[in-house]
Amino acid sequence: MADVSLHSGGGAGGSSALRHVVYVLRSNPVTLFAFAMLALLVFAALFGPAVAPYDPYASNAARALQPPSWDHWFGTDNLGRDVFSRVLVATRLDMAISVSAVALSFLVGSVLGAASGYWGGWTDRIASRVLDTIMAFPLFVLAMGIVAAMGNTIENVVYATAIINVPFYARLVRAEVNIRRNAGFALAAKLSGNADWRVLAVHIFPNALPPMMVQVSLNLGWAILNAAGLSFIGLGVRPPTAEWGIMVAEGANFIVSGEWWLALFPGLALMLAVFTFNLLGDGLRDMVDPRLRT
Amino acid sequence: MAGRLKTILSRVAQAAPVVVGVVIVTFVLTRALPGDPAVYFAGAAADEASIAEIRTALGLDKSLPEQFVLYVGDLLRGDLGESISTGQPVVTELARRLPASLELTLTALLLSCGVAIPLGVLAATRPGSWADHLCRVLVTAGVSLPTFFTGLALIYVFYYLLGLAPTPIGRLDFIYLEPPRVTGFFLVDAALAGDWETWWGAARQIVLPAVTLALFTLAPICRITRAAMLQALSADFVRTARAAGLTRPTVIYRYAFHNAMLPVITTLGMVFSFTLGANVLVEKVFAWPGIGSYAVDALVVSDYAAVQGFVLAMALLFVALNLAIDIAYTLIDPRIGFEN
Amino acid sequence: MALLDIKELAVAFRTRRGTVEAVRGVSLEVARGETLAIVGESGSGKSVTSYALMRILDAGGTIRAGEITYGGMDLRRAAERDMADIRGREISMIFQNPRAALNPIRKVGRQIEDVLLRHGRATRQDARAKAIQAMEAVRIRDAASRYHAYPFELSGGMCQRVVIALALACDPKLLIADEPTTGLDVTTQKAVMDLVSELIRERGLSAILITHDLGLAAAYSDRVAVMRDGELVEQGPAAAIFADPQHPYSRKLVAATPREGVGIRELLPPEARTPAPPVQIGGRALLEVRRLTKTFEGEGAPVHAVKDVSFSIRESESVGLVGESGCGKSTTSAMIMRLLDPTAGEILFDGDDLAKTPSRRFARDPRRASLQLVFQDATDSLNPRFTARASIADPLARLGGLDRAARRRRVEELADLVGLPQPLLERFPHQLSGGQKARVGIARAIALEPKLLILDEPTAALDVSIQAVVLNLLADLKARLGMSYLFVSHDLQVVRLLCDRIVVMRGGEIVEQGPAERIMTAPESDYTRSLLDAVPKPPSGGAPTVPPPARAIAR
Repeated sequence: MADVSLHSGGGAGGSSALRHVVYVLRSNPVTLFAFAMLALLVFAALFGPAVAPYDPYASNAARALQPPSWDHWFGTDNLGRDVFSRVLVATRLDMAISVSAVALSFLVGSVLGAASGYWGGWTDRIASRVLDTIMAFPLFVLAMGIVAAMGNTIENVVYATAIINVPFYARLVRAEVNIRRNAGFALAAKLSGNADWRVLAVHIFPNALPPMMVQVSLNLGWAILNAAGLSFIGLGVRPPTAEWGIMVAEGANFIVSGEWWLALFPGLALMLAVFTFNLLGDGLRDMVDPRLRT
Repeated sequence: MAGRLKTILSRVAQAAPVVVGVVIVTFVLTRALPGDPAVYFAGAAADEASIAEIRTALGLDKSLPEQFVLYVGDLLRGDLGESISTGQPVVTELARRLPASLELTLTALLLSCGVAIPLGVLAATRPGSWADHLCRVLVTAGVSLPTFFTGLALIYVFYYLLGLAPTPIGRLDFIYLEPPRVTGFFLVDAALAGDWETWWGAARQIVLPAVTLALFTLAPICRITRAAMLQALSADFVRTARAAGLTRPTVIYRYAFHNAMLPVITTLGMVFSFTLGANVLVEKVFAWPGIGSYAVDALVVSDYAAVQGFVLAMALLFVALNLAIDIAYTLIDPRIGFEN
Repeated sequence: MALLDIKELAVAFRTRRGTVEAVRGVSLEVARGETLAIVGESGSGKSVTSYALMRILDAGGTIRAGEITYGGMDLRRAAERDMADIRGREISMIFQNPRAALNPIRKVGRQIEDVLLRHGRATRQDARAKAIQAMEAVRIRDAASRYHAYPFELSGGMCQRVVIALALACDPKLLIADEPTTGLDVTTQKAVMDLVSELIRERGLSAILITHDLGLAAAYSDRVAVMRDGELVEQGPAAAIFADPQHPYSRKLVAATPREGVGIRELLPPEARTPAPPVQIGGRALLEVRRLTKTFEGEGAPVHAVKDVSFSIRESESVGLVGESGCGKSTTSAMIMRLLDPTAGEILFDGDDLAKTPSRRFARDPRRASLQLVFQDATDSLNPRFTARASIADPLARLGGLDRAARRRRVEELADLVGLPQPLLERFPHQLSGGQKARVGIARAIALEPKLLILDEPTAALDVSIQAVVLNLLADLKARLGMSYLFVSHDLQVVRLLCDRIVVMRGGEIVEQGPAERIMTAPESDYTRSLLDAVPKPPSGGAPTVPPPARAIAR
């Protein structure tokens, strides 16, 4: 988009892009809601530790397993820690894992996909083989294997999540680039004197952004679920770290005896985050799609 | 027809390099184990000499290509190593537990396809109806549900609050005897034995985990069915069929639905991938004695041979399922095999 | 009494941007045995009218007002069940893009059977025999084996025959043909239309022919109705509409239709006809193509797309490259444009062999600026993320060596040159009309003042009235800037308007080449003649019998 504004000259590009964002937000209440929720999540991620009413790691045997009350909105866990504070503080970790994993797979997937979609041939064949091999595994199972093999750390959870998501971006970009490789405007760009890499980067790739934004939003959700799932089975994040998946896992033992709040609130937070990310998709797509400008 | 057969064979042939890729990846994962595998396998009380001995026994002192050849040789002999926690060969354990996982996965998929496909079709043929709205809610909310959390919620409601479900542990309450093993699927085996009491016991046990898994897969199937149906219904050939006076059921079923099934079948591959992954979590929540919970237990005690065996088994299972999907697609779509 | 009587029909569509009235107050009649043509440009509501009377409008479309009576029956209020009985048995329809009109994964014979069984014209036992009969009735040879074919295994023309067989299987009385030849090759078009009109005559059918092509309408119908923006502007006998159009819009449409004996300026309304500027064709060859060959090596046998093609273009000369799809004209132009490397042969441009520079490197070659292209589909040729200004400025920035301010001025200059209002420069392609997009594409192509401009069916996606304007714009630009043109097209009547010489291609080879005048009047090859014959002739088309009122427009 930067390039369009560069070409159209003046500062009109920047402000018109901003106007377009405002227009998208106003035209669709669901998008507005999703972005409001996102703002809330980002706030919790940035300032969670500062605004949490209790120390999320301070145990207090005297107050163990208390149901939700005015003092403890989400109740307390078996060690007497405040569930609300823990849920709040966990936002940062969960968001960081999913955002960094998705950013990694977006970058790697875009480069791989764009190259194999545009040049085809051996680049394409080798990349496709590698991606097919990744996709040949049930993805969560592959993530389990990777984290188990590389070591049980948070970074490895991020890498594993990034690796299993790369094929989605690469395939999407490859398909989008491939259908546009011989589109009139790509040929016209060559006739205008654009070198191949420029045709690809400036003319073709930006047109793949709208569908990719939908993928990004879905993937952010998956990434969070994936990380939470891994910590639920004991991979990645270790107790006593506050993380939604692990909190659900810890709370699971108390479900059958009726202490529902231990698992419910972190579970709800998880759902809310995934839900928000999923709702973002259409709005993000509309924002990067100039065809919706009026 | 000969062309069709050729296409099927070529699909089978195309699966071969994928299997090779899978084997390479699992090998790399095995070698990437944190720390020295020999130390793990030797156990806590081992001294230097016994570790070195085990290293030689495992072939870890050889070069990587040599180790790969050994690994492949072991695989071909069906040797996935021994589990250090149970002392059993991993292959035996996986084979014993696989039917439990498959029974759960297939029941869940049947359940979700049985609900999602009709719902998607209804939503597409009656835009704005309750089915359409339900479909939309399911699609957005469904993908946001963490399986392990849904499972816990179902346990809380149906076991703790309502008392409708049996104790969420395992495939069969201990008061029943396992049915004589034929397929390993309790529901099938009990039916074959005519033991309906056991069948009922097994069915009660599988309902909650199957529903949990099904809820997770409902959304993608529903979404793609609806989208594919909408696209098929707006296709030119549907207009031709309508203009020729064909009845609504014929147009919807024989013309639109048959065409809409193609993208749905393709998506099933992805759904399988998610289901097999989610399976692990559900098995843990419901203490289901499948290969997923085996792997989770193995993870806890760093029993890597078991984990690697599990990853490989899952991948091979998934490759087989994808192959089945490809072949089904080939049988439905006459255009396949004539692309050139 | 008329077989079909439409009175004051109004159809509206609910869309996201509110209600769109697609058809407003249209009244039409079709008598028994009569063929009515409904002519209009895109968005005129001609197809919607026919869908409304069949009651197969897309979701969101409703009949707002009016009466539709067929054989005394009220179609607007008929129960859906009764309507379904009428469709296919009383009124049938054939569509454009025949391949898409058939179920891709069902054997074509079975699709015909479905219709026969539905309307009780066959039983399970004899359905197959009757389906084959229906296929034979539309002159499908070897129908028994074609019965088992899937649409993707048949050619476009054959698919259209199947669609016709399907439509006529149950002996309907009214046949609606919705742009039945769109998407087919010229010669196939003629074969399909001849078949349709023969079947109509043979079976005494009434018919509605929906088309954008006035020539086609006039040649194959008894009466013509002209529609614009959802309204009927004029109707009357086919010959009369063509010879003596009353409504200004019909006059404009008739004038804009390229046909025999009409010059490029005469396509425009009289008030817009400025004298054509004189063009001096140079003596030197600007482009010389020698023994150009392209062979694609695929997985199967190699495809010889272009074989030994040689021709030349002089300075300020226009050459037409004509042929049907698959004849190699696009491959030839792509090679000259240096988007594709030839397998063999020379492309001499100003004496330099361009074929020596691989196409991969040609983008940065200084000679890139001298060879430019106007694309077939203006929409596809403009980057959806670039404003008109950015699109036109792109070649200037890459090859023009102008600074930002100079680029800005130059873009505005170019906009004036192609008649694009300057405020439109800030718009994205989706905010421009088809004609405006064509102008942006042309402005970009001439931005670097190329010596040779290849026009790749530049008007194929445009309505006739806009085609007329764009063709004239191209003629003016050529005279003004002294460019040479290579006009690639399937349509001889359009090509000859702009071209001095014509090269006819078929199967990758040149069939004949020569002065446009000679090719049009005395073609040497049978193939060129069949191309010429395939263009539908209006009733007054025969040159000697042009009635006086038509003469005012036609000459």
